[in-house]
Amino acid sequence: MDLVTEITIFVLAAFVGFEVISKVPTTLHTPLMSQTNAIHGIVVLGGLIVIGYANSTLDEVIGLIAIIFGTINIVGGFMVTDRMLEMFGTKKKKPAATPESGGEPESGDGAE
Amino acid sequence: MMPLAALAPDSGLVGLLYIVAFSLFIIGIRFGTHPTTARRGNGIAAVGMAVAVITTLLLQGIGNWGLIFAGILIGSVIGVVASKRVQMTAMPQMVALYNGLGGGAIALIAWSEYRHWVHQGGELDKLQQVSDFIGGPQISAAVPLEVMIPSLFAMVVGSVSFWGSNVAFGKLQELIPSQPMKVPGQQVINALLLIGIVVGGVILSINNEYLDLSQPLFIAMLVAAAFLGTMVVLPIGGADMPVVISLLNAFTGLSAAAAGIALDNTALIVGGTLVGSSGTILTLEMATAMNRSVANILFAGFGSPATAGAGSQEERPHRSMTAQDAAIQLAYADSVVVVPGYGLAVAQAQHAVREMADELEKKGVSVSYAIHPVAGRMPGHMNVLLAEADVPYEQLKEMDEINPELPQTDVCVVIGANDVTNPAAKTDESSPIFGMPIIEVDEAQQVLVLKRSMSPGFAGIDNDLFYHPKTAMVFGDAKQTVSDIVSELGEL
Repeated sequence: MDLVTEITIFVLAAFVGFEVISKVPTTLHTPLMSQTNAIHGIVVLGGLIVIGYANSTLDEVIGLIAIIFGTINIVGGFMVTDRMLEMFGTKKKKPAATPESGGEPESGDGAE
Repeated sequence: MMPLAALAPDSGLVGLLYIVAFSLFIIGIRFGTHPTTARRGNGIAAVGMAVAVITTLLLQGIGNWGLIFAGILIGSVIGVVASKRVQMTAMPQMVALYNGLGGGAIALIAWSEYRHWVHQGGELDKLQQVSDFIGGPQISAAVPLEVMIPSLFAMVVGSVSFWGSNVAFGKLQELIPSQPMKVPGQQVINALLLIGIVVGGVILSINNEYLDLSQPLFIAMLVAAAFLGTMVVLPIGGADMPVVISLLNAFTGLSAAAAGIALDNTALIVGGTLVGSSGTILTLEMATAMNRSVANILFAGFGSPATAGAGSQEERPHRSMTAQDAAIQLAYADSVVVVPGYGLAVAQAQHAVREMADELEKKGVSVSYAIHPVAGRMPGHMNVLLAEADVPYEQLKEMDEINPELPQTDVCVVIGANDVTNPAAKTDESSPIFGMPIIEVDEAQQVLVLKRSMSPGFAGIDNDLFYHPKTAMVFGDAKQTVSDIVSELGEL
């Protein structure tokens, strides 16, 4: 792909990003930030690519660390965002409420 | 080696799958504009990520499976455990840490990509293969500039973000003093580091055919960027952390986009750019909320001991009140506005505050919450903490919305907030926070301040509000005091 095409994509994505993100209310800025944190975990793709052609131990170590970092970013980021948004979504969560809500033990928002 | 049919990296199918992935990111963020749909949006974005990762794993030329799966496994385990364990109060640290990891990963990838181009030497076969694989140009001995420049950018900015985020994490976790730390000649050192990095980049780009010479210079740039990241964040006070975290977030995003350009990967370009936009918007919003420019926050050493107007707090008279009296005052009000600050979060008092609001509402008192944009340690942090305590988000009022209502408010309860209520921001031109928009608590009829002692806040600035005639201080641990008020209210 040539550089100009890539810069075109970059500029258009920046406009889309500004448009969409400026509509996110203040209330949701923390989840927004942790979600975008998860999204920049997409650098893991770079890690997957470079480790494929690593030709020295150093390169393998660099690639491995990059993949670990990126995966922590993705998995941790999306999960913690989910934990936060769960608290926003449900209005009144009384434990005994609906029978079909039984299947989610992870919702015991740990903080005391 | 790969059981599934491997995809040619430059095939249309790969491009299409990447389009699916980044479209899901955008749709996911779009759903994030409302509290009731945001969770689904997060799930949609996560699906997009899965599409991007699986597509990449299927690419021809991807190898080293043992390391790839080890990396994914280790990363997933750490990510799952960390996200389950983290307290909502510690969210800013967590985001800073994740942000640093992202920046670090980008810097490493850029380094590896650079090494890959440099290290070819005699292995032109392999180089040709890889060049085809990443859609790169025909082989020449030189690192092509369209790889070189974005790689250097990604490496430098990623490294600044990694080290800066780690320092921010250290400050938020209080491993490093949160007070601004100044080194003599700081600005000069930072400027020299930046100039050195730019010069190094130019030299590498000009000499892109003399590869063997370049590696030490590249590493020198990596080290300089590490110093720059550390030196820029170290002097910034804790109260400015929301801006710093947002800015580092933007940096990481931009460096990811640059890495995407170096690697010819559209999903990376768009994903990184979205994060860059988000970080930039939040940075500007936070800076506006403090009435300061981003440059001022980064370079002025806000609230440093030299400029803070502290020192006189011991001698000045103030009025204090018991929890019982406070409960009576609240019960006979018509309207109460709670102004929560980070102290509330530290004391884990958000649940007690919700109970207090419930008791008051039972008595026909209307309760709302005034949230300053920089309450807490990251954008929107206070909202998350209150949501955790099941406070309905309709009761959370933004600063501009609540300020006109404050003169008609009977009682304002300030819990663990300090600088964001300091009237000096409006009146005292010599104050370091002069001009910062505040919650105008001093406009309310009566003010209750729940606080441990008269000590100044995170930024180290004394607050005139505490000495105002209509202010009563209720000393003690915020959670304990609020619980006492709740039980007193129950008896009234």
